[in-house]
Amino acid sequence: MSDQNFDLVVIGSGPGGYVAAIRAAQLGLKSAVIEREHLGGICLNWGCIPTKALLRTADIYRNIQHAAGYGIKVDGASVDLEATVKRSRQVAAQLSGGVSGLLKKNKVTVLEGHGKLAGKGKVAVEKDGKNTTISAKHIILATGARARTLPGMEPDGKFIWSYKEALVPDTTPKRLLVVGSGAIGIEFASFFNALGSDVTVVEVMDRVLPVEDKDISDFAEKSFKKQGMTIKKGTTVEGLKRSANHVTATFKDAKGKTSTGDYDRVIMAVGIVGNVENIGLEGTKIKVDRTHIEVDEFSRTGEEGVYAIGDLTGPPWLAHKASHEAVICVEKLAGVKDVHPLEVQNIPGCTYCHPQVASVGLTEAAAKEKGYKLKVGRFPFIGNGKAIALGEPEGLIKTIFDEKTGELLGAHMIGAEVTELIQGYGIAKTLETTELELMHTVFPHPTLSEMMHESVLDAYGKVIHM
Amino acid sequence: MPITITMPALSPTMTEGKLAIWHVKEGDTVSSGDVLAEIETDKATMEVEAVDEGTVGKILIEAGTDNVQVNDPIAYLLEEGEDESALENMSAAPAASKPETAAEAKAEVEASAPAASNTPAPAAPKSGDGGRIFSSPLARRIAADAGVSIGDIMGTGPHGRVIRADVDAFIAGGGKSAAPSEAPKAASAASAPAAAAAPVGTTPPHEGEREEIPLTGMRKTIAKRLTEAKQTIPHFYLTIECELDNLLAMRKELNSRSDDYKISVNDFIIRASALALKKLPAANAIWGGDKILQYKDIDISVAVAIDGGLITPVVKNADKRGLADISEDMKTLAGKARDGKLMPEEYQGGCFSISNLGMFGIKEFSAVINPPQSAILAVGAGEQRPIVKDGELTVATMMSVTLSCDHRVIDGALGAELLKYFKGYIEEPLTMML
Repeated sequence: MSDQNFDLVVIGSGPGGYVAAIRAAQLGLKSAVIEREHLGGICLNWGCIPTKALLRTADIYRNIQHAAGYGIKVDGASVDLEATVKRSRQVAAQLSGGVSGLLKKNKVTVLEGHGKLAGKGKVAVEKDGKNTTISAKHIILATGARARTLPGMEPDGKFIWSYKEALVPDTTPKRLLVVGSGAIGIEFASFFNALGSDVTVVEVMDRVLPVEDKDISDFAEKSFKKQGMTIKKGTTVEGLKRSANHVTATFKDAKGKTSTGDYDRVIMAVGIVGNVENIGLEGTKIKVDRTHIEVDEFSRTGEEGVYAIGDLTGPPWLAHKASHEAVICVEKLAGVKDVHPLEVQNIPGCTYCHPQVASVGLTEAAAKEKGYKLKVGRFPFIGNGKAIALGEPEGLIKTIFDEKTGELLGAHMIGAEVTELIQGYGIAKTLETTELELMHTVFPHPTLSEMMHESVLDAYGKVIHM
Repeated sequence: MPITITMPALSPTMTEGKLAIWHVKEGDTVSSGDVLAEIETDKATMEVEAVDEGTVGKILIEAGTDNVQVNDPIAYLLEEGEDESALENMSAAPAASKPETAAEAKAEVEASAPAASNTPAPAAPKSGDGGRIFSSPLARRIAADAGVSIGDIMGTGPHGRVIRADVDAFIAGGGKSAAPSEAPKAASAASAPAAAAAPVGTTPPHEGEREEIPLTGMRKTIAKRLTEAKQTIPHFYLTIECELDNLLAMRKELNSRSDDYKISVNDFIIRASALALKKLPAANAIWGGDKILQYKDIDISVAVAIDGGLITPVVKNADKRGLADISEDMKTLAGKARDGKLMPEEYQGGCFSISNLGMFGIKEFSAVINPPQSAILAVGAGEQRPIVKDGELTVATMMSVTLSCDHRVIDGALGAELLKYFKGYIEEPLTMML
C-alpha cells in the first residue's frame, strides 16, 4: 500500500468511529477508518449488541417458565447455552457485516491494523509488523475503552471473567459472583440468574446501579432479591483465591467485617479504562485525565487537527454518546453551520436487566444538590392497564421538574420496556418542553407510555389512576 | 362546484402580496379575461383576470389586505346554474395552506385547553411583523416569568429557535443577546432594552399635527433594501468629469436623420457603461457571500422615478445593442414602470445601475448601491463650465458622474479604470459605434 492522503482518518471503528467516517464521507471529505479487530468495535461485537441477544434468551426463558399463567402449558423447557451463545455471535457478526457495507456504500476506506498518531497530520498503520504512514488533515481518535482490572483479580479467562469471557461462557456457573453493579455487571447478573445460576452481586457503593436515582436503585434491588440474587452493598472484594475448580472471594463490608464465599465463576465489572496506550499521544499536546482524553465541547484535543470521541473521552460511556459526538465533531471540523455541542443532561441511559432500567437527566439527589426546588411525580406499573394485561405489574416511572420553570430535569424508569419508552422524555428534554406540553400530549391507550403521562400529572397533583 | 380563485404568483419568488383593489363585487357576472382584481407586490401591480365564466359568489379577502399568501383562496366563482348554497361546502377547505393560521389555531388551543395547570402556557409568540418566533416552551416560560419579550431575544437553537440558554443569556446580559446570530432575524432587536414594553414603532418622534401614511409595498422594499445596502455594503465613491460636446453633436446629427428614434444622452450613458463593463468583466460581478459571481451578460438597471418611489427596469445585453434599440427599449420600460406594469423579469437582475438626476439640475451626487448589485453610476447635469484645455481657459459642456462601488467586489483601481473607459466612450462617442 502506498502513502495515502485523506481529509479525515478515524482510528477505531466503534459506534463513534464508523459514524464519524460515514458522516465525513457524506459531507464530501475523503475519509478512512482504521480498525485492528472488528468493524463496529466493542459495542457491536463484545458489548451492547451480543448482550442484548443473550438477554433476549433470558426473557424468552423467563416467559416460558411463566407460560402457565398465560394459559400455555409448556413442559421440560431448558436453555441450550451453546445455541444461545451461537445466536449472540451470529447477531454480532451480522451487524459487523452491516457496518462494513455502510462504510463501503459511503466510500470510506477501511484500513486493517493498529493506528497511531505519527507526527502532525500523519497516522501510522501497523499490520503484521509492517508500518504504513498515511496523512490526514483531521484525525479522530476513537479507540474506545476496555474493562478495568483490579490488581490480583485480573481475569484469567477460566474462572475469573471479564465481559468478553462472560459473553461466550463455557458453562452456566452454579455459583456466580459479579463484582460491580453498574450496567454491565447487572446485565450479566440478570442473564445468569435467569438461566439458573446462584448469583451474588457485590457493590462497593451503598446501592446497586449507583448512577441511577435512588428510588430506582432501591426498586431494582428489591426485585433482584425477589428473583433470588444475593446483593452485597457497601462491600469490597479484598481478594480472590483460585482453587482447582472454584474461586474463594474475601469480602469486607462497610463496618470492616470480613467474610468469604466460594464461587464457580467470577465476572469482573468494575468499570472501564480508556485505550490511551500506544496511540502516539507521547510528545503531543493531548492531555489525559485518568485514562481518558480531555476534549472541548467539539471533541477537540490540545493538539490541532486531532480530536477524540466516545469512551476514550469523558463520561457517560455510552455508544449513542459516541455516535452523537462523532457527528458533532465531524460537522464542526467540516465547517457545517450551527453545530451545537452535545447536552449531557439529554443523553439517556439504559440497562437491560430484568426489570429494565432507563433514565435521562438529573436524579432527584443531583437536582436538589444543584439547588432546584422540585416537583416529583411517581407512577407505578400496577396502576397501568397495559402493564397488567402484559403480566408486568412491576415497575415505576419517576419524573422530576423544576418547580420554578416547569423544566423536566430528569426521568427515571424501571419496568418492562422502559428502555424503549425513555426516548419520549429524551425528545421532551431536547425540545425544552415544560410540564404543560407533557400534560397536553395525548398518550395512546392502552400503552405503557400512559404511565409517562401519569407520572407528570402526579408531580403536579393531578394524577388520575392512582 | 364553485371555482376557487387563488392569489396568483407574479413571479417565481413571490410568496405574498397585497390584494389592492377588487374590480368586481359579489353577484357580478364575469367572463374569461375580465379583470377581477389588482395585486400589488413590492415592485409591481398586476391585474388578476378571470379564466372562467361565472358569477362572483363570495369575496374572501377584502381589498387592501396585506400579506396575502400565494395560492390562498381569494374568491369563489359560481358556475352556471349554481347558487350561493353551493358555497356552503367550500368554507371548510381554505386557510389550511397558511402556516400562520395554523400557528394561531394552535395558540388558541393552548389558551382554551381545560385548566390543566394553574398557569396557562404562554402561547407561541409572534414577531413584530406578524411572523412566528420559534422558541422552546421552556424559553417562553422563563422569558414570561422574567417579564422579557421573547421577540427581543436572538435565537441560537436549530433554525434560530430561541432556547433556554438564549433567554438566560439575555437576562444575564441585562437585556442584550450575547451571541451574534448568523441569521439577522432579530438583529434589530438586539439593542432594544428588555423593559421597553411599548413597541418602538408607535412612539411618535415628536408631538404635532401629522398625517400617518401607510407604507406601500414599494416603500417597504426601498426602506429594507437600501438600509441593507448602506449597512452591509462597504461603499466608496469615485467622481470623474466628462466633456459632452462631441456626444451632443453626434446626438444632434443622429436624431436629425430620422423621426423613428430620439436618442437621449442617457441612452449614450447606458451604452457607454455597458461597453466599459465589457472591457472590465471583473466589474460585472456581484458579491456572493463566500464567492464572487461574475456575469457574462451585461444588463444595465436604470432608475426610473415613479409615483410613490422608484424602480429600476433592466436594459438587457446593453453592450450588444445599438443606441436606437436601447432608446426604444428604455422608452417602453419607463412607460411600463410609470404605469406599474413592469413584469418581474423586467426589473430583476443586472449587476450595475444608472441613476440620472441631471434633468433636475443636480451637478453631482452619490447614489446608494442597489443590492445585490455592486456598483451604481450617479449622473449629474451636463452644463457649460469654464475648463482649462491645452493651457487655455475655454468653455465646454461638462458632466460629472460618481460611481459608488462595493469594495468587496470592486477595488479602487478597478473602479477608476471603469470610469476611464466610460469617459473615453462619452468623450469620443464614435468609439461607441464600433
